Amino acid sequence: MTVSRRGFLGAIGAATAMAGGLSLGLFGREVRAANSPGPLEANAFVTLHPDGRVTIVCHRTEMGQGIRSSLPMLIADELGADHARVVIEQAVGDPRYGDQNTDGSRSIRTDWDRLRRLGAVARTLLTTAAARRWRVPATECSATGGRIHHRASGRSIDFGELVADAAKLPIPTPESVTLRPLSELAHVGVTPSKTRPLADGLDIVTGRGLFGADVRLDGMLTAIIVRPPVVLGRVKRFSDEAAMKVPGVVRTVELPALTAPVAFKPLGGVAVLATNTWAAMKGAAALEIEWELGPNTDYDSERFREVLFEAVRRPGKVVRELGDVDGALAAATRRVVAEYHLPHLAHAPMEPPVALAHVRDGRCEVWTSTQNPQAARALVARVLGMTEAQVTVHVTLTGGGFGRKSKPDFAAEAALLSRTVGSPVRVQWTRSDDLTHGYLHAVSAQRFEAGLDASGNLTAWLQRTAFPPIPSTFVAGLDEPSDGELNQGVLDTPLAIPNLRMEAGRAKASVRIGWLRSVCNIFHAFGLGSFIDELAEVRGVDPKAQWLELLGPPRQPTPRELGAKVALSNYGLSLDDHPIDTGRLRETIERVTKMSAWHARPKPVGDGSGRALGLAAHASFNAFVACVVAVVMRDGRPHVDEAWISVDAGQVVNADRVRSQMEGAVIFGMSVALHGQITAKNGVIEQRSFRDYPIVRMDEAPARIHVDIVASTARPGGVGEPGVPPVAPAIANALAALTGVRHRNLPIIRR
Amino acid sequence: MTLMKLKINGAELEVDAPEDMPLLWVLRDVLGLTGTKYGCGEALCGACTIHVGGKATRSCVVSARDIGGAEITTIEGLSAAGDHPLQKAWQRHGVPQCGFCQAGQIMGAAALLKKHPAPSDAEIDASMAGHLCRCGTYTRIRAAIKDAAGSQP
Repeated sequence: MTVSRRGFLGAIGAATAMAGGLSLGLFGREVRAANSPGPLEANAFVTLHPDGRVTIVCHRTEMGQGIRSSLPMLIADELGADHARVVIEQAVGDPRYGDQNTDGSRSIRTDWDRLRRLGAVARTLLTTAAARRWRVPATECSATGGRIHHRASGRSIDFGELVADAAKLPIPTPESVTLRPLSELAHVGVTPSKTRPLADGLDIVTGRGLFGADVRLDGMLTAIIVRPPVVLGRVKRFSDEAAMKVPGVVRTVELPALTAPVAFKPLGGVAVLATNTWAAMKGAAALEIEWELGPNTDYDSERFREVLFEAVRRPGKVVRELGDVDGALAAATRRVVAEYHLPHLAHAPMEPPVALAHVRDGRCEVWTSTQNPQAARALVARVLGMTEAQVTVHVTLTGGGFGRKSKPDFAAEAALLSRTVGSPVRVQWTRSDDLTHGYLHAVSAQRFEAGLDASGNLTAWLQRTAFPPIPSTFVAGLDEPSDGELNQGVLDTPLAIPNLRMEAGRAKASVRIGWLRSVCNIFHAFGLGSFIDELAEVRGVDPKAQWLELLGPPRQPTPRELGAKVALSNYGLSLDDHPIDTGRLRETIERVTKMSAWHARPKPVGDGSGRALGLAAHASFNAFVACVVAVVMRDGRPHVDEAWISVDAGQVVNADRVRSQMEGAVIFGMSVALHGQITAKNGVIEQRSFRDYPIVRMDEAPARIHVDIVASTARPGGVGEPGVPPVAPAIANALAALTGVRHRNLPIIRR
Repeated sequence: MTLMKLKINGAELEVDAPEDMPLLWVLRDVLGLTGTKYGCGEALCGACTIHVGGKATRSCVVSARDIGGAEITTIEGLSAAGDHPLQKAWQRHGVPQCGFCQAGQIMGAAALLKKHPAPSDAEIDASMAGHLCRCGTYTRIRAAIKDAAGSQP
């Protein structure tokens, strides 16, 4: 077995502003000098250096969830590395790393065993090498702090000194190595024995972290694109006479018109390329374009609201059924009906989409803040007519993703323009572009109808949902939700009612539908969480008691027991490993109500005075979350002044990042409840700045957000998204208690 | 294009740029100082915050012509070694998530602490409300500001 050496990246990748180059992963490759040992690549993720450094690859995108800190930390703990000598390398898009789509809260829950094994392989190599050197059994050797130790004789040796020997050994397969007991992973768990600072913390606070727009290449041009105001619109004719007069503007390029299905293809329009961003912006403002607006000009959000409500007021496709709902409803003494509507949402990451592409010599190199570098690579190859081997996608720090940057349309725009002009081109999306040309979270309507018998018991439950589905982006005209979308709060909710039926209506998409942090759970959890609260009020019971009664006793219902008529995708993992579990959701409800002193909460009179608590819970992405918020009226508007959130995400890796994700989810959920709304009129999106698409600001943030993490050893569940769904219903519930007004339509604060 | 003298992070630089170019783009595109970020271009998000004459300024709506000879400080110049009390407090509290807004947040907070070395909660919120964070790091920002205020000489 020979030492494997990675190829040197090559001058084509040399970025000029190299501050923070370590964070870009452009860490230089070792070149083997004669007679000196080279680095040992144990596998695609772990490279051991003779000087004792360990390079660990982060193959997922860092977008705030801390994966660049957590993932190398996990592997380093499993390996027994000295964390101070770990160098983190960001992976390019390459299937050799496995899945790199940083989406669906999946980085740890789908991959943790494999990643640990990759560290264990390197540990086993080093331990074996040391054991041979000392002629002792490998079982008597251990790896900690970047050294191998032999307990009995007290000998120890640095990793670096073993590299040459280890390089001569066969590399064990990941399946064959033994993982450490969890207690030996020093930084892992709810209360780890050690903590580490954020890997990129110093870079970020000093402005050295490289985000998408921070990569610079000599001779690059910056492009601002004016895109069709309506999806599937196209340029009829344009004049760039005025644009070309702006100093710094070099040329204009018309992009290919978009055809259905939209997928990840660029929207089209006219690009202004300039030597600096300001000139490109001024040039874009000076373009005169006549549009052929296309087939979506009749999209009107107010009208579509009624279309969605009509869809849920008539029978839909039955996706879940138990017992005899119609009979039970007919026999019911009382029926409770509620309809809910949530608007489109835009991701609005603080960093608008941006990509830099350099096409030359039959190759394309891209630097971008993408959540999915392999998808970006595939798309760029496709639009350029290249093979994927001819395309390299580098992943920068990402200034927020939330799902927007899983769609690499902006990378394709940069690639097309670079090829056209023969220079590197950065496509910079403006904030207005980001809001008006997004992949929108689907607008939705739901209808809930429950039947109560003479004693007030719940006997019947009829639930309908309608929303333009994500598959419409990939198959033109598709108007039925996918099984995966229905798994998000329709198929998988464990309700202990003998007669229930869930139906899905049809709804067409007139905009690009995407996925946004927790996806369909946002509206399904809102409907469910609000309706449970409304039922509690009607029945005169405590909402907590209503939740527990509705979830039923601790159990793990099978899809059959749930009455599911379509398969449960369970977020891509098997139900055997991640069963639906009422006990775990109940436990988070118990914990959050205890933390918030729910039982002693104030009972406001309902005129807006005082303070009220609201409760909601939701399971998603194989994790369980319950949330309580406290709401007061402040300056005539609802204000969330405190929040409690309890999460059971199974075995957690980086507790502080779990905490920060839950804190962030509260703020994100507050924006959903209070502010977020994207609407269309004549097919044109009406919101174009933070003025008309507000998000929560610091002076609205709760004084305190209390986070509780259940110390579970169950398989890791998702962390990035599950905190979001229960927040908005908790707020609506608190507000209903505070003011007597039930908000069934979001956002609560209207402009 | 105009040749202008700008005082940036303690150095006097001769910069060739249009007089109306917002400082944000002079810094990023002309000078390669990319720590100051573009988030909206309309002074609604705070990501572009620098100090002009020690005061927090949204560089996306202010040009060289507007500021005359006033001294500019960017995140790169806030401290020599990344050891401003705020930068240290930020790391102690694990404030950043994606990090994109954080340079602007820190510059805003630094200007606040210069004016109000011991700010109240209300003063912090009022002063920092112009800085958006989509990741939701607000509660930790508050804690870091108070921590840094407490640890200032």
